[in-house]
Amino acid sequence: MTEIFGVPTQALFGQLLIGLINGSFYALLSLGLAVIFGLLNIINFTHGAQYMLGAFVAYLMLTKLGIGYWWALLVSPVVVGATGVLIERFLLSKLYKLDHLYGLLLTFGLALIIQGLFRNEFGSSGQPYQIPSQLQGGQNLGFMFLPNYRAWIIVASLVVCLSTWYVIERTKLGSYLRAATENPQLVQAFGVNVPRMITLTYGFGVGLAALAGVMAAPVYQVSPQMGADLIIVVFAVVVIGGMGSILGAIVTGFGLGLIEGLTKVFYPEASSTVIFIIMVIVLLLRPAGLFGTQK
Amino acid sequence: MSTGGGVSVAAQKRAEELRTHRTAFIVMLAVLVLAPAVVYPVFMMKVMCFALFACAFNLLIGFGGLLSFGHAMFLGSAGYASAHAAKVWGFTPELAILFGTACAAVLSAGAGLLAIRRQGIYFAMITLALAQMVYFFSLQAKFTGGEDGIQGVPRGHLFGVISLDNQLTMYAFVLVIFLFGFGLIYRTIHSPFGQVLKAIRENENRTISLGYDTDRFKLLAFVLSGTLAGLAGATKALVFQLASLTDVHWSMSGEVVLMTLLGGMGTVFGPVVGAAVIITMQNYLAQLGAWVTIVQGVIFVVCVMAFRRGIIGELAHWLKRPL
Amino acid sequence: MKLKRNLLATLVAAACGLGATAAQAQVSDGVIKIGVMNDMSGLYADLTGPGSVVAARMAVEDFGAAAKGMKVEIVSADHQNKPDVGSTIARTWYDVDKVDAIADVPTSSVGLAVNQITREKGKVMLNSGTASSDLTGKACSPNTIHWTYDTWMLANGTGGAIVKSGGDTWFFLTADYAFGHALERDTEAVVVKNGGKVLGKVRTPFPGQDFSSFLLQAQASKAKVIGLANAGGDTTNSIKQAAEFGITKGGQSLAGLLVFLPDVHGLGLNTAQGLVLTETFYWDLNEQTRAWTKRFMAANNNKPPSMVHAGVYASVLHYLKAIEAAKTDDGTKVVAQMKAMPTDDPLFGKGTIRADGRKIHPAYLFEVKKPSESKYPFDYYKLRATIPADQAFRPMDQGDCPLVAKK
Repeated sequence: MTEIFGVPTQALFGQLLIGLINGSFYALLSLGLAVIFGLLNIINFTHGAQYMLGAFVAYLMLTKLGIGYWWALLVSPVVVGATGVLIERFLLSKLYKLDHLYGLLLTFGLALIIQGLFRNEFGSSGQPYQIPSQLQGGQNLGFMFLPNYRAWIIVASLVVCLSTWYVIERTKLGSYLRAATENPQLVQAFGVNVPRMITLTYGFGVGLAALAGVMAAPVYQVSPQMGADLIIVVFAVVVIGGMGSILGAIVTGFGLGLIEGLTKVFYPEASSTVIFIIMVIVLLLRPAGLFGTQK
Repeated sequence: MSTGGGVSVAAQKRAEELRTHRTAFIVMLAVLVLAPAVVYPVFMMKVMCFALFACAFNLLIGFGGLLSFGHAMFLGSAGYASAHAAKVWGFTPELAILFGTACAAVLSAGAGLLAIRRQGIYFAMITLALAQMVYFFSLQAKFTGGEDGIQGVPRGHLFGVISLDNQLTMYAFVLVIFLFGFGLIYRTIHSPFGQVLKAIRENENRTISLGYDTDRFKLLAFVLSGTLAGLAGATKALVFQLASLTDVHWSMSGEVVLMTLLGGMGTVFGPVVGAAVIITMQNYLAQLGAWVTIVQGVIFVVCVMAFRRGIIGELAHWLKRPL
Repeated sequence: MKLKRNLLATLVAAACGLGATAAQAQVSDGVIKIGVMNDMSGLYADLTGPGSVVAARMAVEDFGAAAKGMKVEIVSADHQNKPDVGSTIARTWYDVDKVDAIADVPTSSVGLAVNQITREKGKVMLNSGTASSDLTGKACSPNTIHWTYDTWMLANGTGGAIVKSGGDTWFFLTADYAFGHALERDTEAVVVKNGGKVLGKVRTPFPGQDFSSFLLQAQASKAKVIGLANAGGDTTNSIKQAAEFGITKGGQSLAGLLVFLPDVHGLGLNTAQGLVLTETFYWDLNEQTRAWTKRFMAANNNKPPSMVHAGVYASVLHYLKAIEAAKTDDGTKVVAQMKAMPTDDPLFGKGTIRADGRKIHPAYLFEVKKPSESKYPFDYYKLRATIPADQAFRPMDQGDCPLVAKK
């Protein structure tokens, strides 16, 4: 068996693939955060809790209504996105004229409330959620056995990320959104309903988080704490990628997954810290992030 | 804007402020001295440690305008350092606490050098990232004991003679430390240094144009804040005879923000009140498990939406006196 | 004459009555307060949690405290698997709430912290949930009784059985805290003693959710046995994900070093069949355990008892008997009495408690049944072997316990 730097290639590729799977979640979540921050200048600390909500809606749909995974993929983001719309309309919009840090504190508080309520109801250990039957089993790739569901995660998140990027960067709707962040009054003067666009964009970002939650449910166990520690890592991803850059979030998300996978092979003790080290370095050298533009 | 008349008005305001502060301080002192008679002393010691932590944090946000989302790294690392010094090296308590505080000072200098370069949300993110690095280091380092923490930390003998195993003796010791920290912060806020800090918070560019090296001031404020947070953490480790991961976790950083926000950012006594309220609430709701988190979240939301001045801030506003 | 005899009789009776009340007066503030501290809502909630409170109450009932004129109160708290939360609760309980004994305390990091505080304050810890064998080793204390199980017993039971049947190369997935480390250490010792080799180990964050990268490392090591030095949700997650990644299909077998009945229930017999595990209590062992279980499940939402629940019942029962015999609830004295009296309860049978605080009883090697072999609800285990009490636990002189005189 060949070895790279003393590590058998089989183990290396296996870990890289796992890293790519984790990276899919980082990318999906940081995409939502980047959309919200980039277009709305809101730091959405609730993102982790909304990811958890997405998973729980899927779980509850299955256990209480008997509705399975594929419907959950569609319904859960809409339901959770709707709650996001309510949050934006009634709470966040009142804070736009204040220091951005208040928005951060509000969303932080909301995250505590949501997570606390679910922990109260469900306890903190995970609820089981089955992998949908169409995606069970796996393929033997030679260097590892890849479960079908994990392959689906990579494919689905790539599709969602790239389509979102395309809509925002290449379509008329996206250009309205981008213009509205640059100069809301002017765009409003052109007859575009800016506040409504902002509300819907926040809802969309939240929906993306919920989608990631549904996809995570079969593999990561549905638990109220599932988003809490993940959100910190995702923040680091968004900051590295450039707070407003959609492409930056996607590339950094997948990239981080790979780097984490590599670190787990060569120096596992550092695998949790490597993202933060990179973030500090990037912030010092390129303060706007790798793909960001200084506002 | 008058000048000559303005000076005496300022002096008059300052005198009034001093009177208010003195009254408030006496009230606080009375409560702290008499409390152990009616309240469990260990609980009060916990309140004092967190009050000091919140005051140190407030120095940075309330007076410097810098929101640090990683202050737990100072609380926790100083706790580990002092616990290790007391348990493994057999330091006497005052030396252990000094050692812990010194470690926090060094850490805050390093962290400050990295973080000060950026402002606003980026500053908060860098502090968060650094705190996470400290957390994961604490999780894996041998000496911190990982999930188990450093247990069985001896309280020892103060100066080698006074045994701190007696609750009231320990209480007096912690009270002295708290008053020292509080006093230091108070003096800093009302010194010329503190004035420049407030100027930087109001309008940094203007302060730069006036010739001040704002980076140096911000760094100094950061180090002072981090060091005093470390003092709180080092003392807490001896009070509970335990140093654990909870003290370096990012949720602890969130808690100190909550305490300061609730008490009143930018007020002198706000963080003390905020800490007391939150710790009491945690104590009484502990039976109900997750309700503590929910209530804390609600307090955050309510404070941000409708109660931005915090308890003491609103009180000061109502009394039309600075607190 | 008769009058005098009657008078004498009355006086004697009165004296006895007085004597009885005098004995009760030696119980601190007239109430024996027992605090059940464990994980009420997290990883270990099904193994301990509210079920332990049920077990403790059953013990108080069966002891007949009311009839004997002894007042016993049970309180409970959730330590959330955190040593700082646990030690704060312990301190407050002992200092402010006048709790006399703390029972259960799963999660070794908390158990060790509470052990320390209990010793300082001269109270009693009736530990049923902690796994770390250090509790009767270097951390042993005259105020602690360690019931149910420990990592040495598990390593010897499960580990020994697997090595002897051919599983001689191991890779460990270890939960990164006191329990995981202790279990890994004790199992490694057994593996090596029996001629096996440990090919590698990896520490997993506690509690964890995704074990895929660690399982892949285990797979790459080509060890015959992947030892899961973890418990509760961590174990069930690792087993499920190992199935997902086809690890067992590839010929490696999983050794669940600490598996409880509720875990098997959660996994389902399909996934768990064939798993070899060691426990010291099984509800279906004999008539007495069955009868007790019926009462327990009626009070516990029809959830089956784990061996930890059984241990809480038995330890509280023995504690109350010891207080009655010693006529005091002074911690150190009661524990000494508990060690002096042989134990007898419907769940563990007859046994003894050693000088280092270790309760001795037989251990049972079970194998999880195939779905086809299970005939009624919770019929999960078949008994493979019984390890007699004197061989099940670490010999007292090997533990480095300062309470044990070196010979």
